[in-house]
Amino acid sequence: MLSTTAQSQLCRLRPIPALKPRPLTTTSSSLLTDQSPPSTSPPPPPSQILTLRRSLLSRQVTAVQIAESYLARLRLTEPHLNSFLHVSDSVVREAQSIDDRISRDEDVGPLAGVLVGVKDNMCTADMPSTGGSRILEGYRPPFDATAVRKVRELGGIVVGKTNLDEFGMGSTTEGSAYKVTANPWDVSRVPGGSSGGSAAAVSARQCMVALGSDTGGSVRQPASFCGVVGLKPTYGRVSRYGLMAYASSLDVIGCFGSSVADTAILLNAISGHDRRDATSSKREVPDFISHFTASNTLEDKPLEGMRVGLICETLGSGVDSGVVSVINAAASHMEELGCIVKEVSLPSFSLGLPAYYILASSESSSNLSRYDGVRYGSQAVADELSSLYGVSRAEGFGSEVKRRILMGTYALSAGYYDAYYKRAQQVRTIIQKSFKAALDENDILISPAAPSAAYKIGEKKNDPLAMYAGDIMTVNVNLAGLPALVLPSGFVDGGPFSLPVGLQMIGAAFDEEKLLKVGHIFEQTLRGRRFVPPIIEDDNTC
Amino acid sequence: MASLLCRGILTYPPLLNYAALLRRKSHVFYCTMSTTEAQTATQGSQSTQIKISPHRKKKGLDDVLKDYEAIIGIETHVQLSTLTKAFCSCPYNYGSQPNTNICPVCMGLPGALPVVNSKVIECAVKLGLALNCKLNLKSKFDRKQYFYPDLPKGYQISQFDVPIAYGGHIDLDLPVEFGGGHRRFGITRVHMEEDAGKLLHSGNGSYSQVDLNRAGVPLLEIVSEPDMRNGIEAAEYAAEVQRLVRYLGVSNGNMQEGSLRCDVNISIRPIGQVKFGTKVEIKNLNSFSSVNRAIDFEIARQALLLSEGQDDQIVQETRLWEEGSQKTVTMRKKEGLSDYRYFPEPDLPGVTLTKEYVDSIRNSLPELPEMKRRRYEELGLSMQDVLFLANDVNVAEFFDETIAKGADVKLAANWIMGDIVAYLKNEKLSIDEIKLTPQELAELIASIKGGTISGKIGKEILFELVAKGGTVKGMIEEKDLVQIADPAEIEKMVDKVLLDNPKQLEQYRGGKTKLQGYFAGQVMKASKGKANPGLLNKILLKKLNAKS
Repeated sequence: MLSTTAQSQLCRLRPIPALKPRPLTTTSSSLLTDQSPPSTSPPPPPSQILTLRRSLLSRQVTAVQIAESYLARLRLTEPHLNSFLHVSDSVVREAQSIDDRISRDEDVGPLAGVLVGVKDNMCTADMPSTGGSRILEGYRPPFDATAVRKVRELGGIVVGKTNLDEFGMGSTTEGSAYKVTANPWDVSRVPGGSSGGSAAAVSARQCMVALGSDTGGSVRQPASFCGVVGLKPTYGRVSRYGLMAYASSLDVIGCFGSSVADTAILLNAISGHDRRDATSSKREVPDFISHFTASNTLEDKPLEGMRVGLICETLGSGVDSGVVSVINAAASHMEELGCIVKEVSLPSFSLGLPAYYILASSESSSNLSRYDGVRYGSQAVADELSSLYGVSRAEGFGSEVKRRILMGTYALSAGYYDAYYKRAQQVRTIIQKSFKAALDENDILISPAAPSAAYKIGEKKNDPLAMYAGDIMTVNVNLAGLPALVLPSGFVDGGPFSLPVGLQMIGAAFDEEKLLKVGHIFEQTLRGRRFVPPIIEDDNTC
Repeated sequence: MASLLCRGILTYPPLLNYAALLRRKSHVFYCTMSTTEAQTATQGSQSTQIKISPHRKKKGLDDVLKDYEAIIGIETHVQLSTLTKAFCSCPYNYGSQPNTNICPVCMGLPGALPVVNSKVIECAVKLGLALNCKLNLKSKFDRKQYFYPDLPKGYQISQFDVPIAYGGHIDLDLPVEFGGGHRRFGITRVHMEEDAGKLLHSGNGSYSQVDLNRAGVPLLEIVSEPDMRNGIEAAEYAAEVQRLVRYLGVSNGNMQEGSLRCDVNISIRPIGQVKFGTKVEIKNLNSFSSVNRAIDFEIARQALLLSEGQDDQIVQETRLWEEGSQKTVTMRKKEGLSDYRYFPEPDLPGVTLTKEYVDSIRNSLPELPEMKRRRYEELGLSMQDVLFLANDVNVAEFFDETIAKGADVKLAANWIMGDIVAYLKNEKLSIDEIKLTPQELAELIASIKGGTISGKIGKEILFELVAKGGTVKGMIEEKDLVQIADPAEIEKMVDKVLLDNPKQLEQYRGGKTKLQGYFAGQVMKASKGKANPGLLNKILLKKLNAKS
């Protein structure tokens, strides 16, 4: 634990360097983007969903055309990226039925024709759902997860199931039993994880938006690594029914988009109480984009008076200087928008990581007990019951999953429960209180989403502790159950390629509305940067 | 999905965990506690004691037993008769085809989540209050973790350190045949949990199949204090729990179907010793009489071992009651405590009870067996009658309604316990299945008491009412059964009978006074059973003796 002096030193305000816009050579227009006049500064990211809707309803394009153009790009990029574990074979058929409805002037839902990637730890009735695990190879659930059902009911088309670290346990997507996903910005690097497939797919425009899940940062860290918007909603905002549980008290289904608007529209679709999930909240769900301000009507200081707390513990040692610069630049950008940015200290911040790994491992050791080879999934050939269990699980689970099951089983064992699980719960309460206090003083808190930009594939594969340490920026938010939005806000130098860095904005419980509104203004006013990865830079349909 | 579920699990049964297997296999024998069964139970245990005790000749078993005291506690699982399971909307019907009442939740499919059925909480509060427990207004669910094929999630949702109810007691009256007496046994706790599925083993033992119909069915576990001292007390405790759950309507309490399961913990110690002896658990108790017999067997077994200095032969273990051989046998020895790694169930919010909710349930509780017995006692009924009437909630209700219609208490009890129960036994019916209503029984009793009909006619009418229904008044009119209470009319019939039987009259007057019965019978016959017997005898006697 940090001493008070150390903290006060950490909290000392740093000089915020001036923004240095990275020169960008190409500007591209798209079938879907607003035709804005060419300028030296690229336009802010458009909403793919709203643009699609306008184009569909005005009959400029058909859903089939759109679907085919995305599928074409998917086929082109997928051999380099491996974002998907399964690609649906009914995308064009579903798009056709949207076109049929439109041609008959029937109402179509707000997600009509929207191509959605779904992390493979969410159940889909018509596609395999493996959780990235060998133990569920070929498993097809008899039902759709509630979030997936809602997306489909509103007209969304599930493009496929995206790759992930097995059951969400990992921060690189290297933990998948099936394939390693690459980062679209540099295919020698990881996309982050565990929702790396969803982040990479949205980044490379293989789909418009994607669902991910976030237990300790699994939406936010890959969003930062892949230069897309990632939202972790408040615990309870979105039903977990149909999400393969990793750590039930921390798991949240989240959204990826290439713009804040798309992310908000997807959140609109999946939020709300579900009678099948006793932990889903009955709170009313606001329309998350109704208060968005169009970029051309923004006032000079649209965020005048907004109190922003920069968490000083997140800019200390162990955080890349490039990341610190981006965050400081983002802070100064917010000041330009009228925010009052102050450093805040969360003394319990460093306790989050150990508490998280104890609680998440404990719950996972229990949640993964059902994968026993008895009712579904892969079953080992065994002579007797204990080896049926032993061999099915030994062969079915990967090493990271086994490590967490062992840690969790240990932490819950008689004689250790009080020292580990119970103590971690006490820490969790302290963290919740400290966030509450900080959010009473501030409208939002900001921090990096990860201590570094994307690192090389294989770099941390054999060093679990180093990988765990990378979750320091995000796990506290899950322990506190709060919503957080990650926005691409800058770049660091990554050798041949520049790599995106995300800014994390943390809000009060159930106040996604404010996060999204602030995030939208931030995004629309952040000039000089365009978060389209090089792998598709030459694709002029992006 | 069902075919998926039924796929075989290759197992060698000897290596299976029999403990869990047999825990579920508890529906072979069934009998309710009644005096006859209890008596055979005692005999049964005595005969087994002879078998196990070659040393009995040296020192009588009774002599051995009187030096020891048994400490007995019981864990009872009550399966609730809610319309749907505890955490999903599947129905549960005993005896359904395997894997027909299942869904993603009770199958433990990936991504499925439990949601508490509020009826389970209601049942738990009812039973908690009925057992005079204190309620935890804030309780929670926990996961109890172990691997077994009948446990689809790899953990059972249960309650660990904060049960919904705790610290209560149960009152009961021992049967008169066993010396009677009132007993109060402590209740440690009542908690909610879910049942597991069942394993079906193939004939040749080479594989097993899983039936998950029962998985997720709600249970209440009642843990008693170690307050019982012998088999009868334990069996009566279990019988009283059954009575309670039936009175409350929370379970059918059927031991045969496994809706009520008892596991007994027992240790013995020399009288006067403070330290408890080694605790042994007995499972597979499928009836109250097996509870009784198994305990008496176990007390004898342990007492003999202690008296012979073989204390080390009594180990902490789980033993099975074998109905066939009337013995307990070792099922598994406990090697340290099993670690279930309990922790709070993160998928379910805590259970919060408001005072208003608890009060509304308290106010809706029916009259419970103990209150009924005390009330019946105050009505002047004998303890034997009290126990009989209060034993079955339906019988008690019938009795209560009958006396509410003004029937004489003792007469109503006699009619119900006599002719009506005999009819029920014969026809294998329960009292709520017969056509007779309490209203009509009250009417019948009143008609006899008021002299409208004779008792004999009453009996005839009763059987018709029970089988066919109808009203007492209607039947009396229809069959012209009104009692003849006019002395002149009876006198006429007496005169005629005396006139028709001169020989017998002569013999009577010659001293053979036993013949009075014969004359009474003749007169009654002549009246088609309608003559008022008292009046008849009075007039007959006067006439017989008048001219002697």
